[in-house]
Amino acid sequence: MSDIADRVKKIVVEHLGVEEAKVVEGASFIDDLGADSLDTVELVMAFEEEFGIEIPDDAAETIQTFGDAVGFISKAS
Amino acid sequence: MATDLMAGKRGLIMGLANDKSIAWGIARALAGAGAELAFSYQGEALKKRVDPLAAQLGSDLVVECDVGNAASLDALFDTLKAKWGKLDFVVHCIGFSDKNELRGRYVDTSSENFAMTMDISVYSFTAVCQRAAAMMPDGGSLLTLTYYGAERVMPHYNVMGVAKAALEASVRYIAEDLGKDGIRCNAISAGPIKTLAASGIGDFRYIMKWNEYNSPLRRNVSIDDVGGSALYLLSDLGSGVTGETHHVDAGYHIVGMKAVDAPDISKT
Repeated sequence: MSDIADRVKKIVVEHLGVEEAKVVEGASFIDDLGADSLDTVELVMAFEEEFGIEIPDDAAETIQTFGDAVGFISKAS
Repeated sequence: MATDLMAGKRGLIMGLANDKSIAWGIARALAGAGAELAFSYQGEALKKRVDPLAAQLGSDLVVECDVGNAASLDALFDTLKAKWGKLDFVVHCIGFSDKNELRGRYVDTSSENFAMTMDISVYSFTAVCQRAAAMMPDGGSLLTLTYYGAERVMPHYNVMGVAKAALEASVRYIAEDLGKDGIRCNAISAGPIKTLAASGIGDFRYIMKWNEYNSPLRRNVSIDDVGGSALYLLSDLGSGVTGETHHVDAGYHIVGMKAVDAPDISKT
């Protein structure tokens, strides 16, 4: 697994308090990992801070799964 | 910042969302100086964030309140009255607008969103002050948060800038109305801070960089910077200050043009 994926996973596990094994490629933050709408905003903010990037609103709306997040950040950073 | 400046004082913090919130920086500074705190929140999603933060500061007085609803505000202050009787301070960290209108042109703002933004971001503070003042027989201190976008045009701030201008004006009128009862009313105009609320504002990273490069202190402010200034305004250290909009912005509001040593920056 790439370094980016590891760092994203660490943030997701810590923020949502879920088991690492559940954070898989297609895992939806809201449907599978129990995130509420504020969690999704907080996760995006945490990704921005960790990777020093800006994730605009319209892009943030497309980040629904762990895989989406890793994909977007890999392209942006 | 361990002092006992707020020992024996009780107050309400409104608008805490998470540990990035300016309200959290203020709450932490007040609790560190001995204040006893209550918190209000709106909705379950915020309750689950506020409860553990309140507990960290030794508070279990966490009350739901929709500031757009008079009955809900009455219920909040009834709860505080039953629990404490009197109140020494209130910190109001609440604003709201449809984020689709925090982009594009201000001039296109809809009537509905204008009214809603003014109601939640401006009138709610007046409504809170009315009720808080009735619980402050020995005087008190009221504080709200504003931004420089009230005084000068800032990108994307739009209708929120107009609302903050009205909020700052209302602080002056409230200060006059309540001053004779020993109740002070002030606003802190904080520099940009990456909070949950700020996530609705476009190009925020650019705005923060610009402030960092061009403010006299050449840095951005933290929620602890705001907390320290709030402690001054809410404690007896600020006893002679009312009606003020106090800038906690690393001095940015005095600047007339880009600093000569500031690097050129691009939008991303």
